[in-house]
Amino acid sequence: MSCSLRFLLPAMIAAIPVAALAQSPPRVYPNVGTPLSQADIQSFDRMIGPEGKELPSGRGTVKEGAEIFAKRCEVCHGKNGENGLMRSLVIGGPGKPYRGPFYGEERNGPSYYPHATIAWDYINRAMPPSNPGSLAPNDVYALVAFLYYWNGIIKENDVMDEKTLPKVVMPNRNGFVPAVPVYPPEKKPSWF
Amino acid sequence: MDPNRSNRRGFLRQTAALASVAAGAGWAVRGQSAHAQHVHGESPRRGARYRVDHMTHYTPLQDYAGIITPAPLHFMQQHSSEFPEIDPQQHRLTIHGMVDRPLSFSMADLKQLPSVSRIHFLECHGNSSPAIHGSDDPNLGLPVQFVHGMTSCSEWSGVPLSVLLHEAGVHKGASWLVSEGGDAGKFTHTLPLAKAMEDVIVAYGQNGEPLRVEQGYPIRLVVPGWEAPFSVKYLRHIKVVDQPYMAWNESMNHSVSRPDLGGKARWYHFQFGPKSVITRPSAGLNMPGRGYVQITGLAWSGAGTVTKVEVSTDGGRSWKEAKRHAPVLPRAHTRFTFDWAWDGQEAVIQSRCTDDAGEVQPSLTELTKNWGMDAADWKKTPLPRAIHFNAIQPWKIARDGSISDVLFA
Repeated sequence: MSCSLRFLLPAMIAAIPVAALAQSPPRVYPNVGTPLSQADIQSFDRMIGPEGKELPSGRGTVKEGAEIFAKRCEVCHGKNGENGLMRSLVIGGPGKPYRGPFYGEERNGPSYYPHATIAWDYINRAMPPSNPGSLAPNDVYALVAFLYYWNGIIKENDVMDEKTLPKVVMPNRNGFVPAVPVYPPEKKPSWF
Repeated sequence: MDPNRSNRRGFLRQTAALASVAAGAGWAVRGQSAHAQHVHGESPRRGARYRVDHMTHYTPLQDYAGIITPAPLHFMQQHSSEFPEIDPQQHRLTIHGMVDRPLSFSMADLKQLPSVSRIHFLECHGNSSPAIHGSDDPNLGLPVQFVHGMTSCSEWSGVPLSVLLHEAGVHKGASWLVSEGGDAGKFTHTLPLAKAMEDVIVAYGQNGEPLRVEQGYPIRLVVPGWEAPFSVKYLRHIKVVDQPYMAWNESMNHSVSRPDLGGKARWYHFQFGPKSVITRPSAGLNMPGRGYVQITGLAWSGAGTVTKVEVSTDGGRSWKEAKRHAPVLPRAHTRFTFDWAWDGQEAVIQSRCTDDAGEVQPSLTELTKNWGMDAADWKKTPLPRAIHFNAIQPWKIARDGSISDVLFA
C-alpha cells in the first residue's frame, strides 16, 4: 500500500473539489487513465441524440444542399440520391412523404428514420467515406434539407438549423415500438 | 486532427472499389480485403463477400472441431469497404457524458487494469436469414457456412466495462451508453447501462492474440449473448446518456418491420434465443456410406447455458438426447455429438437446443407464428426479412448420400 501512496496522494488531492460534488463512489484505480477537460470532450463529442442537444449552430437550404450533393455525394448515390451505386436515398417525393410499409428496400432512405437528427449525425460523422468528418456544419444542414425535401418531409423553402432540425416530424416516427423485451427482462421468454 | 480519420490511401482503395462496381464487376477488387490479408499473410478465402458498402466473412462451421473458432475464421461483417488503420500508441478510449469524471484510457492503461478472459459466441442479427437460404453463389461455401456461419466463438480478453464505468462515476439517471468505433463509417450503437454493468468486456485479446484488424483492433466491445452489432469494433468513444440514440446503424441496418407488430419495428432486439445446427453431415457434403457416422454440431443461447441438445434422424418425429461436450459455458457455443448408423435410406436430420432459461429452440412453424406470418409467406419473393432467426435446421439425406437444405422445402 505504501508504495502506491506516492502516486495516489497527488491524485487524491486533485480529486478533492470534484469528489465534493460527485454523486458516485470514489475511484478504485485513480492512477490509471487521464481526466478529460470540457475542451477535450468538445473536440470529439459529435454523437447527436434525438433531441439534437449536441447540434452545432449552422444553417442550410434545399438549394445549397443540391449543389453540395452534386459535388460530394452524387458519385456514389446518383443524381438526387437515386440510381447510384448505393441503394436509393429517396422514396416518395416532394410533398408526398412515404409512410410505409417498410419491409425491404424502403428502409434505405431517411424516410424510415425515427428521428430527424439521425441523418445529420450520420452524414456529419461518416460521410463522404473518402474523407468522413470533412463536411462543415452548414454543409450538413444543407444536405439534410435537400434529402428531406426530396423525401417529402420538409417544404422547399424550409431552412434547416440547430433549432428547426430536431422539430422536423419524421413520417415513420411512430413506426417503432420500444425494445421488447425490456432490459433487464421482466418475464420469459426474454429473447423473442 | 483526428488520428483515426481515414487517409488518402483509404480513399484510393474506395475509389478502386467503386470503379470495379461501376464496371459491372459486382464484386469489389481484391484490394478491399488486401489489408487484412496483407497483415496476416493469408490468401483470399472462400466464404467471403466484398461489396462496395460492406464486407462479409462466413465461418466454415463444417470444418473445425471443439467450440473455439480460429481467429482468422471468425465471421466478420464490416459496413465499409476498408478496415481502419489505427495506431495503438495513439488510440484512446474515452468515457464521457453523464459521468462525474470523464476519462481517457490508452491501450497501456487498459492493460494495466484488472482483466478477464471469457469464452463467448458472437452472432450477426441476420445470421441464418431466410433470405440467404438457397443462395447459388458458389464462392460462399457450404450452406452451413453461408447460412449459419455468421456466428463464431472465441476466448475474449480485456477489461470489464463495469470497471471503466466505475472509474468514470456514472450519474444517477443515466440508463444507456452510446459507443462509437473509429472506422470510416463511425459505427455507433446504443447499449443499456444495466447490461454494460453486468458482463460486457472491452476486449483487446482474442484466443490469446491481439484482436485481428477485421475484429476491431486494437479494442472492441464484447456484449455476451446479444446480437453482434452491440459489440462495437475499433471502440474509441463511450458516451453515457439517458435515452437510446438510435444512431444510423441501429435504426436503418439493425431494425426490421415485424408483421406481429403491425409492420412496426422494434427499437432493438437484444439477446438471441436458443439455437443449434448440425454442422456435419450437412448440405453440400456427402454421406461416407452406410453404417456408423457421428453427427456433430453447435448449440448456443443468448440467455445462458445450453442444458440439452436433442437430435432427430426422422424429420422431427422422434428426438434423442445428444452428448454435450465440456466446456459447456454460458453464452458460448456448445459442441454436441450424436452416434448414428445410417441405413442408406432417405432421412432428415436436425437438432434442437434447450437453455437454462427453459426455452426450447422453435420449429419453423412455431417461429413463423411468433412473427405473425403465414407459412406461405416464406415462398414470396423477395423473402420476408427476419432477424434473430433460430428455427430448427433440417438437412435431408438422399439415398445416394447427397445432403440438401430442406428448411423451406
